[in-house]
Amino acid sequence: MIPSMAPAPADQAETTTAAAAPARNAGRAAITKLSGHRLFASPGAVAGLVWLAALVTASVTAPLWLPFKTEDQDFTAVLSGPTAAHWLGTDELGRDILSRIFAAAAGTLGTSMLTVIVGVGLGTILAMLAAGAGGRAEGVISRVTEVMMSLPGTVIILAVIGAVGTNIPVVMAILGILMSAGIYRVILGQAKSLQSQLYVDAAKVDGASPLRISLRHVLPGLANTIVVQAALIFAVGMLIQAGLAFIGFGPPIPQPSWGGMIQGASQHVYDAPWMMVPTGAVLALTVLSANAIGNALGKAPNAAAPHLPSTAARRQRAKAVAAIAAAPVHVTKDGAPDGETAVGTLSVRNLSVGVDSPGAGNGVRLVTDVSLDVEQGTVLGLVGESGCGKTMTALSLLGLLPSGVSVTGGQILWNGRNLAATTDKDMEAVRGREIALISQEPMRALDPMFTVGYQLTATIRRLRGMGKGEARKEALSLLEKVGIVDAAQILKTYPHQISGGMAQRVAIALALSGNPKLLVADEPTTALDVTVQAEILSLLRALVKDTGMSVVMVTHDLGVVADICDQVAVMYAGQVVENGRTAAILDSPRHPYTLALLAADPHANHADSMPERLATISGQVPQPKDWPAGCRFAARCQFAGSACLEPVPLLPSGAGEGLVRCVKADQLAVEGMDWLATDVPASRLLEITPKQTLLTEKDMA
Amino acid sequence: MSTAVTQLPGPAPATTVPMLEVKDLVVRYGRGRRAATAPAAVDGVSFSIAPGETVGLVGESGSGKSTIGKAILGLQKVSGGTISYQGWEITSATATQRRDLGAELRAVFQDPNSSLNPRNTIGTSLAEPLRLRGIAAAEARVKAEDMLERVGLPREAVDRYPSQFSGGQRQRISVARALICDPWLVVCDEAVSALDLSTQAQVLNLLADLRDERGLSYLFIAHDIAVVQFLAQRVVVLYRGQVMESGPAAAVTENPQHPFTQALVAASPVPRPAEQAVRREARESLGVRTGAAAVPAPGGCPFRLRCPLATELCATERPALRRIGAADVACHYA
Repeated sequence: MIPSMAPAPADQAETTTAAAAPARNAGRAAITKLSGHRLFASPGAVAGLVWLAALVTASVTAPLWLPFKTEDQDFTAVLSGPTAAHWLGTDELGRDILSRIFAAAAGTLGTSMLTVIVGVGLGTILAMLAAGAGGRAEGVISRVTEVMMSLPGTVIILAVIGAVGTNIPVVMAILGILMSAGIYRVILGQAKSLQSQLYVDAAKVDGASPLRISLRHVLPGLANTIVVQAALIFAVGMLIQAGLAFIGFGPPIPQPSWGGMIQGASQHVYDAPWMMVPTGAVLALTVLSANAIGNALGKAPNAAAPHLPSTAARRQRAKAVAAIAAAPVHVTKDGAPDGETAVGTLSVRNLSVGVDSPGAGNGVRLVTDVSLDVEQGTVLGLVGESGCGKTMTALSLLGLLPSGVSVTGGQILWNGRNLAATTDKDMEAVRGREIALISQEPMRALDPMFTVGYQLTATIRRLRGMGKGEARKEALSLLEKVGIVDAAQILKTYPHQISGGMAQRVAIALALSGNPKLLVADEPTTALDVTVQAEILSLLRALVKDTGMSVVMVTHDLGVVADICDQVAVMYAGQVVENGRTAAILDSPRHPYTLALLAADPHANHADSMPERLATISGQVPQPKDWPAGCRFAARCQFAGSACLEPVPLLPSGAGEGLVRCVKADQLAVEGMDWLATDVPASRLLEITPKQTLLTEKDMA
Repeated sequence: MSTAVTQLPGPAPATTVPMLEVKDLVVRYGRGRRAATAPAAVDGVSFSIAPGETVGLVGESGSGKSTIGKAILGLQKVSGGTISYQGWEITSATATQRRDLGAELRAVFQDPNSSLNPRNTIGTSLAEPLRLRGIAAAEARVKAEDMLERVGLPREAVDRYPSQFSGGQRQRISVARALICDPWLVVCDEAVSALDLSTQAQVLNLLADLRDERGLSYLFIAHDIAVVQFLAQRVVVLYRGQVMESGPAAAVTENPQHPFTQALVAASPVPRPAEQAVRREARESLGVRTGAAAVPAPGGCPFRLRCPLATELCATERPALRRIGAADVACHYA
């Protein structure tokens, strides 16, 4: 979990105790993290906490304030309802119910806690041992717990009672042992995933002992699950204990117990129905409290942001679409109205994408004023570092922006039709049939539960309305088209049985099944080996040549751009900073950012001319909320000056039809300036902008 | 200075004993009978790293390069062969011996998101290797602050959590963690693969600077031959767990002899469109087949199913490494 609190700045007043401060801060941070605002965000959990705290306090202090002893019998008021003397009434022997409930509470809560400690403790220790040792030890422990889980718990508990009598602590401890098997199962998976983290490997390299690794790196990660399980087991323990007392296996007779009291009340359910109410309500409330706390703790921290668009988000998007549709039609740069665009061409005009804001104001903008043109049969590269908005731009072409993000302005003209003003339902007719997507992770495009053949034919039948046999033939020819030799064999395999390169070929075949005219490829080769990347790029090039399809290729690799793209748009911080023909831009870049990217790329150098140091760009891409009004690259630019503080338009770069967004572009071109691989001054390296919390001036001082 | 500091290694010794020597290393996954019959993930790999030298280990996914790194770090059980560190055999070192080694032989891992414990502050993570060696908390904290400054981060970062830093900054912290106890050898397993171009260059520069400053040796594991070429003096090219070619970086990358190395070098695209078009044609004319074909039966050359030069000999006899020019090449026909 991300700590929400800002790191405590070094206090000026406490410089003398500076060494002690971090430890205390860390302690405080741990407390904040563990208790978690999550718990306090749920009203049910808060009520539960209050109830449990009150119950514990009341039962611990019971001898001090209880009006009656548990055995005191008041024969003048047998089976009475609430009265001034007996607030919660009396039972069949005239004993005060209030006193008996609270006298029994400590024992009930305490022994349920014993179940929790034994069950959760044993389960956690076994899980950490198994995850740490792995291999055979894990196998043995897992088999033992499986045997434990297959034992009939009720029978064992009754057998234990037969042997030791109604010794509640022993019975509840045995119950804990029986439950530990289930907890082991829950925790093992998580412990194993924590054990496989790289920081555990790093600790092993340090020479940390397995015990230290378990305690310092695995246990803290399990804390949340452990607390949740403890709350749930606590509730179950209480119910089982009440159940046992109800069937007569509670504490010996005069001693009060909740289950025993409910049992007594059940015999008078017709003549004194009230008697059931106080004990039943207390038991139910306590169990509910434990469950509410468990639920609140167990809720995933990001549960507030579901993956499926909520109704509100969908409504917001519909509103945005309507607003864009109503906006006046832009006239393109050369004066041609957008209706005249040729078939198979994409033309994006002044596209903006932003986060939906709940209020009336504008949310954070992620992409601003992006204009792109893709002619039929050409490949456009969108290149830049992560966080520059290239994927957002690409996804907006398909209407597939993530929930909570929508197009806020501009046009996406596809064959003259504005896709930005198209409803989700109408986009379904475009997606797959006219515009298709291939993504970075080919395995994500394929469903692991179905064969390649099933997925391909189902898609073909849906998109083209073909019959089963026809679709199968089409699937075979598609697989051959993407360069798969043994297509018939591949149709029968499941996605996990094929390699990454093969999976990307299948994903491309899947994308081609609707005969799209435009393919949006989001980092299609990033996850692949270079040899496979080269093959996939060759395949895409051949497809473009054969089918006349266009491609928008999102990539961070300038080599891939050089290999396949006809045109390229370099993006930085949500803007296009330079675009034009690939050869022009890569051979003579005009924008300092493009210049810097090329200088930082080790591929740009030969082995014999490899520099001592690569060029770098100090700092990082600014967060969307921190974009300045002027040039967004100015803060990291080696050539920045005062003119860069003003907003910079995209202007013709002088070389061909390219555009560049830099006031100094001409000057740099004339002077033939290079992005230098300097020793970055320490002062500039210190300009860090942590992702969660911005450093204040004081922190930096 | 406390006595504990003396446990940390001093400057690298000026001997001719290699910093690291890997001989006929074999690693098989699985246990018992299954392991004996499983194809080896690493199959008879030998190489050595001289003091102050950087050796690059290159190959595709599944070539066993990360497995070799893990075996050296003691994170993977070895099935055969030996690994010696400064002449000291560590193939099956005990936990205690590993602990002594932990200060000298360190690692930087690929994923900056999971190589730091998200629940610990940067200071705690950096101090852990020092604390394990009995250095007092206050002293460890000062050392951590110094090291952060060295990798270009503010000293105040010790009290922050990993989630407050970007990927590139986290990777610099990982480098700081590896170098905090003045090691002699650092295994970098895809240490810059997850980073953007500009941050990748920052980390590569940092690694190069620290090497020049301290005379470190690196085993630099990467899939990207151009990145390796920037840092390494020698390159070892792996395919399916076997060494295909090894030699000086310039020779291997500029004039590759083995058909696989040729394919690997040719497939790496350069950001110069005209040159890339030429390279592309050259690559297509190599005639190397797709890797997706069936797994070759054991014995013989592992690359034979994709190799344009393969003959029957390649299926029956595993080619031994032989010297061609400056490099050692495992090919009958190179």
